[in-house]
Order: sequence, then structure tokens, then C-alpha cells
Amino acid sequence: MDPLLRIVDLHKRFGETEVLCGIDLEVPRTQKVAIIGPSGSGKTTLLRCVNYLEKPTSGHVYIDGTLIGEKHKNGAYVHLSDRELAKERAEIGFVFQRFNLFPHLTALANVAIAPRRVLGLGLQEAEARAREMLTKVGLGHKFDAFPERLSGGQQQRVAIARVLAMQPKLMLFDEATSALDPELIGEVLRVIRQLAEEGRTMIMVTHEIQFATEVADRVIFMDGGRIVEEGPPDAVIRNPSQARTRAFLTRLSER
Amino acid sequence: MPAAAPNFWVVFWAKLPYFLSVLLGAAGTTIKVMLGALAVALTLGLIVALLKLARLVPLRWIANVYIEVMRGTPALTQLFIIYFGLSDLGIDIPPVPAAIIGLGMNGAAYVAEIYRAGILAIHEGQVEAALSLGMTPINAMRFIILPQAIRLMLPPLCNYAVSLLKDTSLASVVAAPEIMFFARQLVTETLLSMDIYLVVAVLYLCMSIPMSRLVAYLERARRAWQ
Repeated sequence: MDPLLRIVDLHKRFGETEVLCGIDLEVPRTQKVAIIGPSGSGKTTLLRCVNYLEKPTSGHVYIDGTLIGEKHKNGAYVHLSDRELAKERAEIGFVFQRFNLFPHLTALANVAIAPRRVLGLGLQEAEARAREMLTKVGLGHKFDAFPERLSGGQQQRVAIARVLAMQPKLMLFDEATSALDPELIGEVLRVIRQLAEEGRTMIMVTHEIQFATEVADRVIFMDGGRIVEEGPPDAVIRNPSQARTRAFLTRLSER
Repeated sequence: MPAAAPNFWVVFWAKLPYFLSVLLGAAGTTIKVMLGALAVALTLGLIVALLKLARLVPLRWIANVYIEVMRGTPALTQLFIIYFGLSDLGIDIPPVPAAIIGLGMNGAAYVAEIYRAGILAIHEGQVEAALSLGMTPINAMRFIILPQAIRLMLPPLCNYAVSLLKDTSLASVVAAPEIMFFARQLVTETLLSMDIYLVVAVLYLCMSIPMSRLVAYLERARRAWQ
């Protein structure tokens, strides 16, 4: 069976700096992948390339065997139109570090807007789905609250519900708890853990090493735009084979 | 003490009803020109703003040229070109539509910059969130960016409307029958410049003060919202 996500020789350059120097990665269905590594190692850029928020300089991304962001035309790769790209992105959920909720909409409308405007559901149906998803993340009592009235942890849970409402094939978490006060991290991690247990395919860029050990099937350590080491959490985190991984984990535990 | 001083107010009060009857009748045209030009400026301005934010460089270029030309030449000159200049070429536009088109096209350049500033003030993360959910860039603009940006744009747009109200007086030079046009006729008729232009000034104030009060209110509302 094809892997759900396949990344082939991905490079990304910002001006002179090469942020991703050839990433190859396959993620089978229902696998939970945690990406760890020092800041500037390219983890976030890699995640952003998967749904084409960042256009790769070269290389390709496939989901379910379908090329993301480009297509073959007369033997060459060409970029998709806005409409085609939007259709592909609708199947990839992205949870941002800074939540990026829509401040002019209530929690319910934040979750309902994409099912309504992208999937074309009716208002009733979209709001019913939104209520279901908000309840799932423990915010059944906050339908009518605007984002500014919610704590960071609640905002991030709304953002997760917003992604769930699109029933994505793949969920990407970009340091989903890094912008939160320490006492609010737990509630968001609980929701992510619950999703993991449901058998969803997800990739998490995270600094929560303990959480990654518990939830992920596979841990990837990145440094300098490359995958340095990868494997099951027990191997990579408890018994790293590379010096750079060991140095990073030691630095992290000394904080 | 000059004998003219008491005389001025006697004449003023005696003539006031007549002046008012003429000038108030013209206020309708002033408002018509203002609303018409405002509609043109708001619509055309949005097109120019979107061109200026477009990905294609030639489109941005068109918008830049438009804005530079409109802001770099006097509105009066633009009005003369539309009314007298086009007339030379056999295109006769009546005074009021000419004023609406001229002031509207001129205003579109300013309004476009207001729109653009409002759109750019919305955090990049908002677009990214909308795109990541599968919205096209156009839908992201329509459902996510513009509804937020409009709240930022309202106060400067109202400021523009106030200055547009005053600029409608330019339409008198292309014979649009608005307040200043009739004021100048009254002066020719009665030679009472001071009396008439004072009344004119008060009339403009009566229209602009409520508008600037509205701006102040919107500014407060915006701060409360942020």
C-alpha cells in the first residue's frame, strides 16, 4: 500500500540560505510522527512545504499518491491553479503555533466557516458539525465566545476543532503548544493525544519531548535542514545513535 | 467708526432668506455629486487596490501609474480635462456626471491606498489559516480579510468623505449647479461677497460637522474593538 505522505528530495532555499537540504520521508497511514530539533533546523519549513504554504525550491510532495501543489503537464511539473491547490489543502489540516483564529468570528463560526465555504455545506449542517467538533475538544460551552475572550489553550483547541471539521486525511501540528503558558499546555496535549488514539495520521513539530515519546510512533530529529536520525521514540530519544541528537537532548534536559 | 458696520448686518439679515432659498436648493446637487463621486471612488478604489496587491507585476504597475497620475495632478485640472478637454474631442458629458466621474476617479487613488493599508494591516497568519483550510485566495479575501479590514478602513474612509464634500465646490467651475456655483451667481447679482460666502461656509459646516463627529465615533469604536 502507498504511504499516505511521501516527500521526495525536498529542498527549500530562502535567498542564500538553504533551509531544507534534501528531505526524503514516507509516512504510512495512521502513523504519528514527531519532529524534533533545534530552532532553525527546518522543521517548521518542512511542515509548511507539505501543504504548500511554503513553495519548495525543488523536490515533490505526494499525499495518497497525488502530487501536492503541482501537476504533470507535457512532461514537466507545473504549479497548480489557486482553485486546484485549495482543493488539495482542504484535505490537510494545519494547526499553527499562534492559533490564527479569525478574530471577527465566534468560536462556532471559526469552525463552521470552512465546511460552509470550502465544502459547500448548508449553514445548519456546517454549524452542527462545528458544535460536534467544539464539544469533542471540550469547548461545548464556548460556541458564542469570540477568540479574544478565550485563553490561549482554548483558542488552540478551537483551532484544532476548525481543522477536524474539514475531516482531513493528514494533520500537521506546528509547535502547537509553544505559544502557551505552561499551565495551559496540558489541555491542548490531551486533545492531541486523544486524536492520536483515534488512529489519525499526524505529524507534530514539537519541543515537548516527553509528550513525543508517549504519543509518537516515530521520532525524527532534524538539524541543519537534514534528517539526522529517526526511529521509534525509545531509540531516538532514550538511546540516540548520533552525537548531534545526544547534544540536543542534553541541552533540552538541562533547561 | 465706519458707517458700513451696522449696515452690514442689516443687509445680511434682510437678504438671508433669499440667499438661503437659492443655496439650499443647490445643496441637493452638492450632496448628489458627493454621493456619486463617493460611489465611484469606493468601487474603482477597490479595483485599484486589488491590482496593486496582485501577484502579476504589470497589474501592480497599472495601479501605481494610476495612483501617481491622479495624486500628482490637481483635481481641478482633471475636471477641466473631462469636461472641456473631452468636449473638444466630441465627447460631451453634462456638468454633474462630469464632476462625479472626475472627483470619483481622483478619489479612487486615495481610497485605494486606504484599502491597501487596511488589507496589509491584517496579520499574515489570517491568510495562511484561511488558505490552509482550503479557501482560494479570493475567498480568503472575501470571508476573512475584508470583513476585518473594513473596520480599520472606516474612519479614514469617512475622513475622505468629509474632504470630498468640500471638494465638490470644484464642480462649480464646470457649471454643475451646486452650492458654490449659485453662490457665485448670487455675488454677481448682488455684489454682497462677504454675506453670501459666509452663508456658504456655514452650509458646508452644517454638512461636514456631523460627518466628522461620525469619524470620531468610529475611531473610538475601533479602539474599543482592538
